[in-house]
Amino acid sequence: MLNYIWFALMAIALVVAAINHTAAEVTKGAVESAKTAVEISIGLVGVMTLWLGMMRVAEKAGLVTILGRLLRPVLRVLFPDIPPDHPAAGAIVLSMAANMLGLNNAATPLGIKAMEEMQTLNDGDKETATNSMVMFMSINTASVQLVPAQMIAILVAAGSVAPTSIIGSTLAATAIGTIAAVLVTKLLQRFYPTPQRTDVPDEVTA
Amino acid sequence: MSYLRYALEVISVWAIPVLLVGIPLVGLFRKVKVYDVFIEGAKEGFDVAIRIIPFLVGILVAIGMFRGSGAMDLLTRGLQPLATATGFPAELIPLGILRSLSGSGSLAFTTDLVKTHGPDSMIARMAATMYGSSETTFYVLAVYFGAVGVKKSRHAVPAALIGDIVAAIAAVAVCLWLF
Repeated sequence: MLNYIWFALMAIALVVAAINHTAAEVTKGAVESAKTAVEISIGLVGVMTLWLGMMRVAEKAGLVTILGRLLRPVLRVLFPDIPPDHPAAGAIVLSMAANMLGLNNAATPLGIKAMEEMQTLNDGDKETATNSMVMFMSINTASVQLVPAQMIAILVAAGSVAPTSIIGSTLAATAIGTIAAVLVTKLLQRFYPTPQRTDVPDEVTA
Repeated sequence: MSYLRYALEVISVWAIPVLLVGIPLVGLFRKVKVYDVFIEGAKEGFDVAIRIIPFLVGILVAIGMFRGSGAMDLLTRGLQPLATATGFPAELIPLGILRSLSGSGSLAFTTDLVKTHGPDSMIARMAATMYGSSETTFYVLAVYFGAVGVKKSRHAVPAALIGDIVAAIAAVAVCLWLF
């Protein structure tokens, strides 16, 4: 799917550029985006290092297991293929907590840690996402932030008299979106089977 | 609501400092050599961040080209009739599309809507709700799948996009109902 979307975005850009005479802007978009992508990645090095170190301490102290066990009922429904005492469960809980609180610089490293833990449970092809990984992605892309701090700041800056009025509407919208994403993920996973071994050629999921 | 908001603000300010001290504190009680273990885990940080680069460059370049060419405006104009038919505010259509593709782009667009329509207008509230209730889907997918080297994302893209569409419609509907 990503293969086609990726190509389609660029191919459409070329066609539209021919009609609109925007070839120069397309080039600029490509070059500047490449630069931005590297800046984002390099910018992650510091927080990534910090949180991966902290996560290792939390793991050795048994905190990650405790967290996973506390939320076992929820995790069992959403991520049935993750054993309750596995570090993946705790990492998922931690990254979601960071997301909810809007702690973006902690949420990304913790989310990546959770993905790495889920990858250790991937007994099929390591290049193919597991059901748990996709569920985790769906919840993450649906964003379950409790306070939309950035938006409140923008409304305040623009002189709003009731900047916090959007907290309720955002919570409701994000809850509906997240529930929809979870349900759709559960529904769709049947139609996208996982290949069990790397030696099995697979065209279905590409 | 205001007490809840206050509590959440306090938590979001204190969470990180408390965690940074609390985690090693529990570690010390459990006889963990906290500093050594921290270093051991932290070593992976650089590699993980670097591993994301090719995935992120791939996704962001394609989106950058798409936006640069003006295809985004075409798509918006194409969806206009659908918007008027369903009652979805036409001003918010570009945001609905942009939100899944580009974080900085949708943030700039929202800020602009807030300025043009006034911060307490219905459109501004709808836009802020739409922005706050969703994430930059393609960025999240590129970063997380990139970090573990997953290339076949299976149903991740369709599931996330359907979630985005539902969240956008929900944002508009909830605002109409609340305000």
